[in-house]
Amino acid sequence: MDRMPAWADAVLVPLISILLAAAISALVILAIGENPVDAFTLMVEGALMRSSGWGYTLYYTTNFIFTGLCVAVAFHARMFNIGGEGQAMIGGLGVALACLFLPMPHWTLSLLVATFAAAAFGAAWAFVPAWLQARRGSHIVITTIMFNFIAAAVLNYVLVNLLRPAGAMDPASANFPETTHLPTFQDMFAAEGSALFRGAPANVTFFLAVLACIGVWVLIWRTRLGYEIRAFGQSESAARYAGISPVRTTVFAMLISGGLAGMMALNTTMGEAERLVMNATEGAGFIGIAVALMGRSHPAGVFLAALLFGFLYQGGAELALWTNIPRELITVIQALVILFTGALDNMVRMPLEKLFGALRRRDA
Amino acid sequence: MDFATILQVLDSTVRLATPLLLACLAGLFSERSGIIDIGLEGKMLAAAFLSAAIAATTGSVWWGLLAGIVGASLMSGIHGLASITFRGNQLISGVAINFLASGLTVLIAQDWFGQGGRTPSLMGGGRFESITLPLAETLRPVPVLGPIYAELISGHSILVYVAFLMVPATWWVLFRTRFGLRLRAVGEAPEAVDTAGVSVIGLRYAAIAICGLLCGLAGAYLATGLQAGFVREMTAGRGYIALAALIFAKWRPWYALYACLLFGLLQAVALRYQSIDLGGVVIPVQVMDALPYILTVVILAGFVGKAIPPRAGGEPYVKER
Amino acid sequence: MTDPAPAIELKGISKAFGPVQANKDISIRVMPGTIHGIIGENGAGKSTLMSILYGFYRADAGEVWINGNKTEIPDSQAAIKAGIGMVFQHFKLVQNFTVLENVILGAEEGGLLKPSLAKARGVLKHLAEEYELSVDPEQLIENLSVGHQQRVEILKALYRQADILILDEPTGVLTPAEADHLFRILDNLRKEGKTIILITHKLREIMEITDTVSVMRRGEMTATVKTAETSPEQLAELMVGRKVLLRVDKKPAAPGETVLDVDNLRHVDRHGVERLKGVSLQVRAGEILGIAGVAGNGQSELLEVLGGYAEGTGAVRLRGQEIALAGRGSDGQARRARSIAHVPEDRQTEGLIMSYTAWENTVFGYHHDPRYQSGPLMNNALIREEAAGKMERFDVRPPDPDLAARNFSGGNQQKIVLAREIDRDPDLLLVGQPTRGVDIGAIEFIHQEIVRLRDAGKAILLVSVELDEILSLSDRIAVMFDGRVMGERRPDETDQTELGLLMAGVTERPEGDAMSAIDRSLEAKETREAERHG
Repeated sequence: MDRMPAWADAVLVPLISILLAAAISALVILAIGENPVDAFTLMVEGALMRSSGWGYTLYYTTNFIFTGLCVAVAFHARMFNIGGEGQAMIGGLGVALACLFLPMPHWTLSLLVATFAAAAFGAAWAFVPAWLQARRGSHIVITTIMFNFIAAAVLNYVLVNLLRPAGAMDPASANFPETTHLPTFQDMFAAEGSALFRGAPANVTFFLAVLACIGVWVLIWRTRLGYEIRAFGQSESAARYAGISPVRTTVFAMLISGGLAGMMALNTTMGEAERLVMNATEGAGFIGIAVALMGRSHPAGVFLAALLFGFLYQGGAELALWTNIPRELITVIQALVILFTGALDNMVRMPLEKLFGALRRRDA
Repeated sequence: MDFATILQVLDSTVRLATPLLLACLAGLFSERSGIIDIGLEGKMLAAAFLSAAIAATTGSVWWGLLAGIVGASLMSGIHGLASITFRGNQLISGVAINFLASGLTVLIAQDWFGQGGRTPSLMGGGRFESITLPLAETLRPVPVLGPIYAELISGHSILVYVAFLMVPATWWVLFRTRFGLRLRAVGEAPEAVDTAGVSVIGLRYAAIAICGLLCGLAGAYLATGLQAGFVREMTAGRGYIALAALIFAKWRPWYALYACLLFGLLQAVALRYQSIDLGGVVIPVQVMDALPYILTVVILAGFVGKAIPPRAGGEPYVKER
Repeated sequence: MTDPAPAIELKGISKAFGPVQANKDISIRVMPGTIHGIIGENGAGKSTLMSILYGFYRADAGEVWINGNKTEIPDSQAAIKAGIGMVFQHFKLVQNFTVLENVILGAEEGGLLKPSLAKARGVLKHLAEEYELSVDPEQLIENLSVGHQQRVEILKALYRQADILILDEPTGVLTPAEADHLFRILDNLRKEGKTIILITHKLREIMEITDTVSVMRRGEMTATVKTAETSPEQLAELMVGRKVLLRVDKKPAAPGETVLDVDNLRHVDRHGVERLKGVSLQVRAGEILGIAGVAGNGQSELLEVLGGYAEGTGAVRLRGQEIALAGRGSDGQARRARSIAHVPEDRQTEGLIMSYTAWENTVFGYHHDPRYQSGPLMNNALIREEAAGKMERFDVRPPDPDLAARNFSGGNQQKIVLAREIDRDPDLLLVGQPTRGVDIGAIEFIHQEIVRLRDAGKAILLVSVELDEILSLSDRIAVMFDGRVMGERRPDETDQTELGLLMAGVTERPEGDAMSAIDRSLEAKETREAERHG
């Protein structure tokens, strides 16, 4: 029998984990001599009370949805893809190449081409670790870590030696042509002269991210490939029995995972910077781990978790601006979320299982 | 490239290999006991910060060293709690520790010193001085061997010698002592250890403690030996290179030494040259940066000698009939 | 003169796992220098009881007395100290350690290994002579045969000076000859005054070697009797609680054309070990071919290759048409498309996805069927609807398609697998261990379904390690040993003894000494294995 009702497993466990992470974060803020309530208020004001704050929050959210889905899809196949960061970097390279060398007459077409390039480049970067895992049994966690560093070296080389415009100092590509610029929320929703979303980087790719959530849901729970990915993730021996190819499933799951990570670059590189810079990913690939863990690998959960982290990122930036609390506070919170929802899961689960067990016995 | 330059590059190889070697051996103890550790980076970072911070405050590098060990051990303790006591996912725990250290070090540094997440520069007793071995200057005029002794072997800080001595020490502990036998057994077949009446949990915590100690030395060396103070993210991926070296070495102490020296050499060369001209073929510096990782992937892929990790690695131990 | 104190006395041991009462108020006394058997079906609570005795679990209630002293056994350490040694069903050995290293692990002489190893070398030599327990002390465990690995486990216990030895299902992985050797060892140990508890579900072993026997059923001790004063029939009845139906009701077979024709089938596993060494057999329509053999002699691999999830060489024809054994078109999907259904040996790790709902599991392996697709998506509504029908026809309880597979009992899980595989009316059904860990009621149902399918003119290949099951279901029996078919027999023209010899690799009834023939056959097998590893 199940030890706990499904709702408790899906909602209660992550919720308590988050609360624990939040409580410790508050203690950290207290320890460095700041007031957690004030800090939280400031974060809410900066991230949620103004439209520009929302513009930033949703910009970050977009990144985290993509990387969160990336980790989640791999999780369903019982693989831990730490390589979202590297896949996003290489995805960015794809976006840059598409925008620089295949500019389309309208942003919609550009977006289409760039999306394809981003997904293809990200997927390609995930392919080698996936293939090595499937064919050679190389531990995918280690290979994807290694591929993150290799991606950074590749990007560094390409930017410094190949894409950097003559005479420019910083390692970045040239600016993308006008027709590849994506409409921001300000372009889309603000009336002439209105301050709505002014200056905020949120752009049309946010809706692409929402579409990706729906797409992943359909993929995992409504298609044959999703059925096979989940079956493979639950039991490799059973998958073999059923004629589900481990190699094919591993590779497909990782291609989709890497493709999603790559698409994150649409937001940062095409939507915001409008050129390829060295550190465009800003660790979003790793935040995807926290987002997927917290969202229980379900697209709806990933969306909510990404929103929370978007809020934390924008709020954290506000904190760094107005108080003595550095942005790294967010890294700490992120670490705590990963720790509690991922690694210390049992610390929350065991007492809860006992509790529900006791309740059930009393009912019986 | 003349002899003096080669010596300088090799000397810098030794220095750069030291933190890798300490962290690699730390990982070796942990992984040999069945606890996968991708949190070496975070442990080193925590140790680097605390050692620099306490060395700067007290003016004594020894207090700094102790603080560094405490810092890394705390991180190890979290990893142990998550992966041994609560049987959580060791990989996820490692990732969390890396972020925790990355965030907390800057947060606390800013709170304590207000210098944008760094510690004040260490001077005098706050740093490990280099040790001149006996007769180093006397022997210097001896051709070839003299400079090698004076430049390459002599003139490092104590932690460098400790690191290199740790290699035979680790080998001896692992393969010649009761503790080593049990440690290796617990990483291969914890159920065998358990039914033999030895505590799996105890052994694994012991391994994690040694891992914390060695990471503490590694981090302290970074901040108080190699450099003079802590700056944010100063480990710069060394924990991952150490992890790569561990796989490259197939979890064996002497191979770990060779792997770390190789990766140290790559770093030394990358530091010194922007690109290397090998008779017309120019190797860009980025290749040097990426080479440890590429080599590790090749080893992992099993094209050149398969790396077989400890069998129980990553699996929490659950008693069963 | 008073009787000596019992070596082990358990008083009122109880243990529950959640709502399951694994042991209920169990008491036994085992006198020193005797072999005491504990017999019971799978899941009767035997292993739980022994785990309590070895400090793996703590009893909820009850006392353990060793040699007349009340003893607390909170962990394995305490059990070892009390002189208890345990040989688990699944060995607890470090595969890449030597025999010697495994023996001293946890019982070292001091901080350094050298003196411990030297001492153990001496002790092992002595034990080898005393109890026929010879093993090369410097050999790595992974290079040893199963029988030798088991000896290492016994040596471990004796090295720790155990006076009480518990063996949990020790013969499950052994050939009859290896088992006989084990019994000789046990007999020697008994002569030296050691006390032995033998846990098994095989009546023959109990009758052969034990002095006293206890019977367990559903967590309770139903009887303790002197072996000499009981009979296998009585024990069987005590074990299952009612008359056992050993013969399955079935008409004589009416075999038709050959459906499956296997010719010189070979398979090499991923460690490079040849598991199938040229297997040839035929199964005809309307016939059940039973494959008998000790576990690990190639039966599993035969099913895996035929089922399409391991590759092989040779020829396999289905109704005269070649089927692919490697590469494209050789996977489980392709087999199912050719109307080959497969009930795998292990429903939990192969036949079902335990976290999937029952309805998701009813198409597992058949999910590529175009009928279950609607456009790019799966037609979940249809699958669910059909699942409800299948579950009703196969009497799956509870008949709830939305329940996850892990929430069904073993028997009902097996019925879900059968429902999925039989419901599609396959030409050929591969069945592995159809009733392993299944309760009596479900066993009858499952056997009837298999016979019903046979009577409908289908070909059935049955693999089981339960000789009774093979004898009662099969129309023909093929015995496998060391990757080969040793011979075929008709169930009404053979008996357990002859099959047992075949299972040990002896093809003809030897004139004089049966045991030495078996030993010769096994030695040959071990030499081959050693060469393979060398």
